[in-house]
Amino acid sequence: MPAFLLKRLLNAAGVMLAVAFLAFLIFRFVGDPVELMLNEQASQAQRDELRVRLGLDRGFVLQFATFVGNAARGDFGISYRNQQDVFTLITERFPATFELVLVATFLSLAVGIPLGVYTAIRRDSLLAKSLQFVSVLGVSLPSFALGILFILLFSVTLQWLPAFGRGEVVQIGWWSTGFLTPSGRRALILPGITLSLFQITLVMRLVRAEMLETMRTDFIRFARARGLPARAVNFRHALRNCLMPVITVTGLQIGNLIAFALVTETVFQWPGMGMLFVQAVTFVDIPVMAAYLIVVSFIFVSLNALVDLLYAYVDPRLREDAISGAANAR
Amino acid sequence: MPVDATAKPGRLRRFLDSDIGWSFCRTPAAWLSTMVLVLLIATAFLAPLIAPQNPHDLAQVFIDKAEIPPIWQAGGEWPFLLGTDPQGRDVLSAILYGTRVSLLIGIAAVIVSMGLGVSVGLVSGFYGGRIDNLLMRLGDTVLSIPTLLMAILVSAIFRELLPPGLREPFAAVVLVVSISLTNWVQYARTVRASTMVERRKEYVLAARIIKVAPARIMRRHILPNTLTPVMVAATLNLGLAILSEATLSFLGVGMPITQPSLGTLIRIGNQYLFSGSWWLVVFPSLQLGLIVLSVNLLGDWLRDALNPKLR
Repeated sequence: MPAFLLKRLLNAAGVMLAVAFLAFLIFRFVGDPVELMLNEQASQAQRDELRVRLGLDRGFVLQFATFVGNAARGDFGISYRNQQDVFTLITERFPATFELVLVATFLSLAVGIPLGVYTAIRRDSLLAKSLQFVSVLGVSLPSFALGILFILLFSVTLQWLPAFGRGEVVQIGWWSTGFLTPSGRRALILPGITLSLFQITLVMRLVRAEMLETMRTDFIRFARARGLPARAVNFRHALRNCLMPVITVTGLQIGNLIAFALVTETVFQWPGMGMLFVQAVTFVDIPVMAAYLIVVSFIFVSLNALVDLLYAYVDPRLREDAISGAANAR
Repeated sequence: MPVDATAKPGRLRRFLDSDIGWSFCRTPAAWLSTMVLVLLIATAFLAPLIAPQNPHDLAQVFIDKAEIPPIWQAGGEWPFLLGTDPQGRDVLSAILYGTRVSLLIGIAAVIVSMGLGVSVGLVSGFYGGRIDNLLMRLGDTVLSIPTLLMAILVSAIFRELLPPGLREPFAAVVLVVSISLTNWVQYARTVRASTMVERRKEYVLAARIIKVAPARIMRRHILPNTLTPVMVAATLNLGLAILSEATLSFLGVGMPITQPSLGTLIRIGNQYLFSGSWWLVVFPSLQLGLIVLSVNLLGDWLRDALNPKLR
């Protein structure tokens, strides 16, 4: 186990280093940082002074090492656009994205699991078949188009729900939450549904496939033979055996949801990290782009590593496989 | 597209008699989506001939015809079946031209990422060892960043590196490159796995003994035996590639307003969401959904039909 743990962590660290290198390349070579930070009237002396202050006169390797060191301490420099500290900008926006992702994850489980169970148990019924078709439809319509159609229907035509923003938020320390006010909760509904739809279809298909597999096994047949009611067989025996992969996929998908939230945030003008990033891309605000890349990749990579480790911890068979698999790969 | 309408009757007959042809005829989702796709592709590529106007030709666009609603609503006007936008462009024509852009970029992206992935997979699986390790680690790293984020970054960087005058003409190329650079890993992994199995077989050994060059062995001997899963992945990825292009264009890092794809049209329509011109955003969205849905249904069918376990 310690060997596997170490190997997995080293792997994650290696990937993060590669991501940091990519971010560094963007920062250093896409446009000249000095030109982008100073205005046109700046004198040559000012330019040189800034160049030295940013450490751009030093060697390539040294610059990269400084970049990584600074990033590890949360220092991503100053935004080109509004001259604010990039890390502060991102931490200010993080709660909005996190709450949106939380709602979407909750919805995907609360809706996806029951639908998956239903389509597996009554798989020849008309409703199950239409649900299957709707799930293909859900994968095919891009989330931004869905979001716009929702706004058109529920905000513009019916005027039930707000079309943009977070509503009123309450500040708790550095965290701002929309859960505590009615307008904040109402503002979460449309973006939350938009972000979760793809996820719901994913969970539904996964639960369905796993349930169909489990229903064929002997212990289910035996439970039926014992005369247990169908509810007990379906939920206490079968579903429980399907939850492991569902939890894994949900865990892995949180990283993807954070990345995909940038589309939803753009549609709903949601003041999260993703909208910050999209604006940064439009204005070529490179420190913000680089920092967002590192922060999101860090979340993504840590979640992947965590899920892998938990899995190995829970399922000893996999642990053996992972070790021998790693040995074979050598 | 398995059926080509211009194919000789002999070939069509042979296709219909084969296993896959039988399955094709028996699956309504498969032939319905093929029909829809053929129709969409034909109308998109014949757009200059059949569209009511050329939305990019300023001589044909009249500003006094701006924001006309679809023809069945009060105020609708012939020949603007789906209405016009605030510049007086016909929405239906814009959609037909936009579909052509979206399809071309999607198909190009799939071909490029498939070529890249298959080459990497062949080399990786055939030589093994250090090259294999390096290439696969590279793939792991690409996969460890969310695809969408990666595509946005690559697209933004390439655009920034191009001189300003070349950004618009090369927007499509930048999109194809950024989608391909994020999508090749799946092909590489599939091909690598089958190559590692194939290279130990006797026919490869025989080719090696008579000194066939490694590149030729990979291309002529191993490649044909690894293609089935690649074709399935390519079909399913076409839907994904079209969606990626649309998303990038919607976010403003894709096709410019001068050569709009469906994503750009939705982006433009989104700006008029609250002014009541719903047709600007609804019809391009539906067209996009219809294309991706048909491609996905066809891909799902192909995957099941080519899977020997399900026969």
